[in-house]
Amino acid sequence: MTTTTAPKMKRVAMKTIPILRPRAPTDDHPLVKIALSAIAVVFIGLFLFMPLLTVFSEALAQGWRMAWDALSEPDAIEAIKLTLLVAAIAVPLNMVFGLAASWCIAKFDFRGKNLLITLIDIPFSVSPVVSGLVFVLIFGLQGWLGQWLRDNDMKIIFALPGIVLATVFVTFPFVARELIPLMIDQGKDEEEAAATLGAGGWSTFFRVTLPNIKWALLYGVLLCNARAMGEFGAVSVVSGHIRGLTNTMPLHVEVLYNDYQYVGAFAVASVLALLALVTLLVKSVLEWQFADEISATHRH
Amino acid sequence: MSLVIEQIAKRFDRFPALKGVSMEAPEGCFLALLGPSGSGKTTLLRILGGLEFADVGHIQFAGLDWLSLPARERRAGFVFQQYALFRHMTVAKNIAFGLSIRPRKTRPTRAEIARRVEELLALVQLDGLGKRYPSQLSGGQRQRVALARALAIEPRMLLLDEPFGALDAKVRKDLRHWLRSLHERLGLTTVFVTHDQDEALELADMVAVMNQGRIEQIAAPSELRANPASDFVAEFLGQNAAPGVVPLRTAATRQKSPTDSRGYATY
Ligand SMILES: Nc1ncnc2c1ncn2[C@@H]1O[C@H](COP(=O)(O)OP(=O)(O)O)[C@@H](O)[C@H]1O
Ligand SMILES: [Mg+2]
Repeated sequence: MTTTTAPKMKRVAMKTIPILRPRAPTDDHPLVKIALSAIAVVFIGLFLFMPLLTVFSEALAQGWRMAWDALSEPDAIEAIKLTLLVAAIAVPLNMVFGLAASWCIAKFDFRGKNLLITLIDIPFSVSPVVSGLVFVLIFGLQGWLGQWLRDNDMKIIFALPGIVLATVFVTFPFVARELIPLMIDQGKDEEEAAATLGAGGWSTFFRVTLPNIKWALLYGVLLCNARAMGEFGAVSVVSGHIRGLTNTMPLHVEVLYNDYQYVGAFAVASVLALLALVTLLVKSVLEWQFADEISATHRH
Repeated sequence: MSLVIEQIAKRFDRFPALKGVSMEAPEGCFLALLGPSGSGKTTLLRILGGLEFADVGHIQFAGLDWLSLPARERRAGFVFQQYALFRHMTVAKNIAFGLSIRPRKTRPTRAEIARRVEELLALVQLDGLGKRYPSQLSGGQRQRVALARALAIEPRMLLLDEPFGALDAKVRKDLRHWLRSLHERLGLTTVFVTHDQDEALELADMVAVMNQGRIEQIAAPSELRANPASDFVAEFLGQNAAPGVVPLRTAATRQKSPTDSRGYATY
């Protein structure tokens, strides 16, 4: 395209605006380019990079020692443990749910499919606080199942199950949203081919379906994990903020911050931020390592 | 041991795609399903392959109640219109798939599978391309990989859905001759879907002309030409009977590689 149109463009450009080099039809004015780049850089710096830097610098404001002490305090350790535990339960669950939902939607025709696709997005469109309140309404002591839960000596709200539930709910769409478009795009041709070649359900899934979606799945799982560890709103409602017991890292950050314990708050926040950065790093390394394979599963 | 299709009917929601199709073909027959787009050819082929289920009707093949077998037990080699190659596997892995997923008891050894793959690559004239990925092949090459993959399971019948539909005219002609000679060597009962009358008449032992979910006529090509059973058949065959005329919709969108234009006369 560019090579064939370039000579024509040149002549036109020479006559009308002789100062400028010939440009491809999709090219913008150099000043526009510079301005746009500048805006992007400033924006990213201001809204993404600065806050991150602030978190780390505040944490270390009174030296490594203070930051380390703040992190090794029992409540902080419990918060970190709880966050990792919740993510370790919620993320695999959502991986399985997301896979199952995407599989159904992409490989089968059934009534209410579009409704299901819309439903999957609900956790994204509803405020997490509202989701948390709904769980309290259902499982709380005064809630619909409150009496029954009490009779059976079960505690969901203000306890680990509630936090896991809320996290699963809020982070459900990540895996499914990543997989559904890809799986719809890939269709079921390869699965059908596998069947005619004698493959049963398991071999088809593990040898055909899964390899075709594994990068999208991994990406979804990483995003899901990042959000699971960082979720505040819904978890805040169902956790009850019991220090050293039901406080996850984001909640613990808030508690410390409200107590004017800035070093502690930012130290815990730094750990959260580091976990997120590691997630992104893992993703980038994998993308870079397997670039060929990733593009092969998208193109045909 | 022939293929007997009796009163097969199939609806999609309300729409009748097949309205009671019956036919018989002797074993080893090269049968073409010929008809305009939407006449139900693919649906019938998919029912034969076990990918779609007939609402009513029976099919017998090789002494078996064919429709009671699930797709994976039929050993019907299916070549899809869009190839449906496993995109994340190399050509060799694609071809080996049917053998490598067999239960341990009946699975050939690794070496045996590798040998079979080499044989099949040679058969479809793709020697040396085993390490490529499907995305690195031309349309004609992909088509032949799909065929080799279907042949690897030692199929009881071969089902081909417009296998040359996406290829350009020259490649189509070459592959046509190659496929016919392959059929003669292997002797497999083959059902071949096409909307190209020249292709059907040139390739097949028997041609079933389909229209709106029904079979208008099933006969040998010469008989079909001499005595078309209905106006539809006469008109459909007459459309561009002139030799060398190729329908315009041969979407030659895929890139053609040099290997495609070499002759296939050896097989
Ligand atoms: N999965 C499906 N759902 C709904 N309608 C279908 C489906 N498959 C085929 N049809 C319809 O059945 C008719 C026959 O289709 P098909 O067998 O693909 O025809 P052909 O292969 O001869 O072009 C067409 O009208 C098509 O729209
Ligand atoms: Mg078709």
